[in-house]
Amino acid sequence: MSGVRVLVGTRKGAFILTSDGKREKWEVSSPHFAGWEMYHLKGSPADPNRLYASQSSSWFGQIIQRSDDGGKTWHQPGTPPGEPTTTPDGMPKGESNNFVYDTSPESGKPLTTHQWYDGTAHPWEFKRVWHLEPSLTDPDTVYAGVEDAALFRSTDGGKSWRELAGLRGHGSGDKWAPGAGGMCLHTILLDPSNQGRMFVAISSAGTFRTDDGGKTWRPINRGLHSLYIPDPTAEIGHCVHRIAMHRSRPDVLFMQKHWDVMRSDDAGESWREISGNLPTDFGFAIDVHAHEPETIYVVPIKSDSEHFPPDGKLRVYRSRSGGNEWEALTKGLPQSDCYVNVLRDAMAVDSLDQCGVYFGTTGGQVYASANAGDNWAPIVRDLPAVVSVEVQTLA
Amino acid sequence: MIRVTLPAHLRKLAQVDSEVKLDVEGEVTQRSVLDALEARYPMLRGTIRDHTTKKRRAFVRFFACGEDLSHEAPDAPLPQAVATGAAPFMIVGAIAGG
Repeated sequence: MSGVRVLVGTRKGAFILTSDGKREKWEVSSPHFAGWEMYHLKGSPADPNRLYASQSSSWFGQIIQRSDDGGKTWHQPGTPPGEPTTTPDGMPKGESNNFVYDTSPESGKPLTTHQWYDGTAHPWEFKRVWHLEPSLTDPDTVYAGVEDAALFRSTDGGKSWRELAGLRGHGSGDKWAPGAGGMCLHTILLDPSNQGRMFVAISSAGTFRTDDGGKTWRPINRGLHSLYIPDPTAEIGHCVHRIAMHRSRPDVLFMQKHWDVMRSDDAGESWREISGNLPTDFGFAIDVHAHEPETIYVVPIKSDSEHFPPDGKLRVYRSRSGGNEWEALTKGLPQSDCYVNVLRDAMAVDSLDQCGVYFGTTGGQVYASANAGDNWAPIVRDLPAVVSVEVQTLA
Repeated sequence: MIRVTLPAHLRKLAQVDSEVKLDVEGEVTQRSVLDALEARYPMLRGTIRDHTTKKRRAFVRFFACGEDLSHEAPDAPLPQAVATGAAPFMIVGAIAGG
């Protein structure tokens, strides 16, 4: 019997929601890492029992956690589950928490400052891991997008991390500036048809692409237009909130920007706006139907600064035409007095025959639709504020 | 024997239930105590002070003998009561909401 496992990161712990393929009855785990900010959890496509989690705290910094049994038990990589961690032998070395920016001469262009909100130079300071993206083929390889924006890679199951310094050092890094949420690398997309190609997005710098496995990078922001930077069409400075792709068409990218929903049909070489009839083109989350590459989802949010749904109505918008023409999906969602937000990593889809769509809110609800968005129901209503939602489709 | 108390989250990470007892070589200072703590509990590296710079994390405080020692020099001697084990060196999460 097939099933789904929903990995939910919240401001105060992680939760795992499980159901069979009908997606009607759900089990909600007790909190993992209670009290910690769980920015992201994600499973390996190559081994669904291998999960990675970013556990962080303003007090105590960044911890990387790993599960090898589908989330039943967790450990800091380097120490097998259940093994004593306080003996001299077999203890973790703390290296799995160690994210150090590469300023070595070998990286070519040591970079020490980026722009601060006021345009002055500001030193790069590691704060947390926003997003973990496991390799499509190797459970031990995983990428981490961090704040202050940089990309790290582990090839030993999260035990140690090394920066892919060509991203920060490609030439524009000293012009990157933080968005309201900080200067974070929040999206990592791996091209399933081209092992060397990946895309990342940074608030507030833009979107970048590598074609050589992360060694060299270049900005891909042509067509973006942002009125909050001096030159609205500049190569750098766009507050991209998230990008998404369908694995069958990796050259087609969809973007939710800080205003404007955008599309690229040439792997980011150029972008065009597809906001169409959306009630507002601001939002954070965007995702693609598992089986229909032209069906996309966004959750319009009112801005500036309000960051809740327009008119107090929580509506997912779906386009079946790859953008421009959008329909509101409201059945089962609150249509009055709703003032929650849906953050950038808080929407995901499963790949069952009837595509399931999931999203979490800052009000602690996780909603699911087992029929591609036509009808919605809450899986759980009262979690801490939801930061991220990922879904694993289990055989 | 130096006694160190940890906040609840760090006790959980280190898998200890109560205060930690450490042998510290040489002079008892913030640095020597934290070096010994991290050597015995490497999973705490980076949670109290930065991995690389060894600077105290902003929301972490050091108390002992009723005093706030957070801003003392890392190599300054800790109070005699800490050095003898009569009083604990307290690592505390700052009260800053949360």
